[in-house]
Amino acid sequence: MRTDGIFIGIEVDDEALASEPRLAGHLSQVCPVDIYSEPSDGELEIVQRNVDECVLCRLCLEIAHLEVGENAVRVIKIYDGGAALE
Amino acid sequence: MRFFEYEAREIVKRAGIPVTDFGFTTDAAEARTIAERIGGPTVIKSQVLTGGRMKAGGVKFADTPEQAEAHAADILELEINGHMPRGVLVDPKADVKQEYYAGVVWDGTAKKPVILFSDMGGIDIEEVAEQHPDHVGRVHISNLLPISDYQAKECIAQTGVTGRALQRLTPIVRSLAQLFVDNDMVLAEINPLCEMKDGTFVALDAHMDMESEARGRHKGLLKDLGVGDDETRLAREPTDFELAGEEVDGADHRGVAGNVTEFDGNIGLVIGAGGGSLTLFDAVRAHGGEPANYCEIGGNPSVHKACGLAKLVLTKPGVDKIAVMMSIVSNTRVDIVARGVIKACLELGFDPAEKIAIFRIPGAWEEEGFKILEKYGIEYADRSVSMHEAARRAVVKITGPDAVAAAAEAGS
Repeated sequence: MRTDGIFIGIEVDDEALASEPRLAGHLSQVCPVDIYSEPSDGELEIVQRNVDECVLCRLCLEIAHLEVGENAVRVIKIYDGGAALE
Repeated sequence: MRFFEYEAREIVKRAGIPVTDFGFTTDAAEARTIAERIGGPTVIKSQVLTGGRMKAGGVKFADTPEQAEAHAADILELEINGHMPRGVLVDPKADVKQEYYAGVVWDGTAKKPVILFSDMGGIDIEEVAEQHPDHVGRVHISNLLPISDYQAKECIAQTGVTGRALQRLTPIVRSLAQLFVDNDMVLAEINPLCEMKDGTFVALDAHMDMESEARGRHKGLLKDLGVGDDETRLAREPTDFELAGEEVDGADHRGVAGNVTEFDGNIGLVIGAGGGSLTLFDAVRAHGGEPANYCEIGGNPSVHKACGLAKLVLTKPGVDKIAVMMSIVSNTRVDIVARGVIKACLELGFDPAEKIAIFRIPGAWEEEGFKILEKYGIEYADRSVSMHEAARRAVVKITGPDAVAAAAEAGS
């Protein structure tokens, strides 16, 4: 799934989410600006109105990397030609 | 925040300065009781936070308690400059021999308090300073070091007061200076400070203005005086624009977008950072610009908050462009503020490059911020451009080079 704001895009690999049921909850816990929200049915939701609040802290990248592997989550800097946050 | 006269007198009294046996009430019948307690002629004074009480009929003299009650009833119903009175102050009619002025104000240029004293009390100190400058004494004091009698005496003596009066006035003026510092006042004034015919010295009227930001440090005093948390006590009521600014700031706990103040000009300002707001506001004016507003952003506001503030300023009637300027930031992030102000433009249907006259915020995350600004074609400046130069560029863009040239001519 991918959700774009004006400046930031958030991409989460659906297969990675399916392979690790805890990932949705952990993403919603680590994000300091509430970009990820875990509804009661366990499905991850990317909160559109908060996407541009992203502070590029990499916490979501790190937790996804630890639990699933590289590129499970990508933070795209739309203002920087679509470069992914590394 | 300003205090009513009866509150100011209570503050003066607590500082050990002699006052008359006054009373405050919101009830005309109680005014009579107070007058009976005082005995003799009294003065009934409306308690409003505005000037011109005497001219408007808000100050009346009573020879008997019955008269005091009748005057109080009239005054309690009397609106003065759009203000209804909080109550009335009932004061003994003073038998005055000599009126003095004593005040302590914050000297913004010297960055310390200054004691002012005049042997011509009872009238505006500004008028005395202008027409009789030799009758005004001035001594600066420290906000940190103890205040001595010597400093008060030096100030009083500058006006030629000597002997017994000097000795009696000295502890009063020193106590006034001490209460100014202790209570975080920006103004503490006794006018008139009177020598009565019986030889005593008393404060007959007092004005106090406390630094609003210091309210939290003086909760006990404010509670004792009955000042509610919701009473702003500002010099004027906030405008709709300013209330909208408070809403923007209050809607999100992250960072600050506060002290939004409305002015009549056409240059919208999104400014802040460690005194940067004041410097930038002054710089805009120094270059002939007319700000539409003042504000203070800092503490790393969210994109949402920066966006809300920029939207508010951009939609203010008469504002064509905004200048986004701060001192060098360490906590606030350049890229977050850039996102906020650009988002405001886009959501309002404006071209950010057209609407943002200049963006001058150097500091934390400026590389990311500058990338965003470049993408939208916004003129920006790094720390090599001073705040004054950034303000000049903004004024040139918004008001035109003629205004800047005229301001330079006037300043040279």
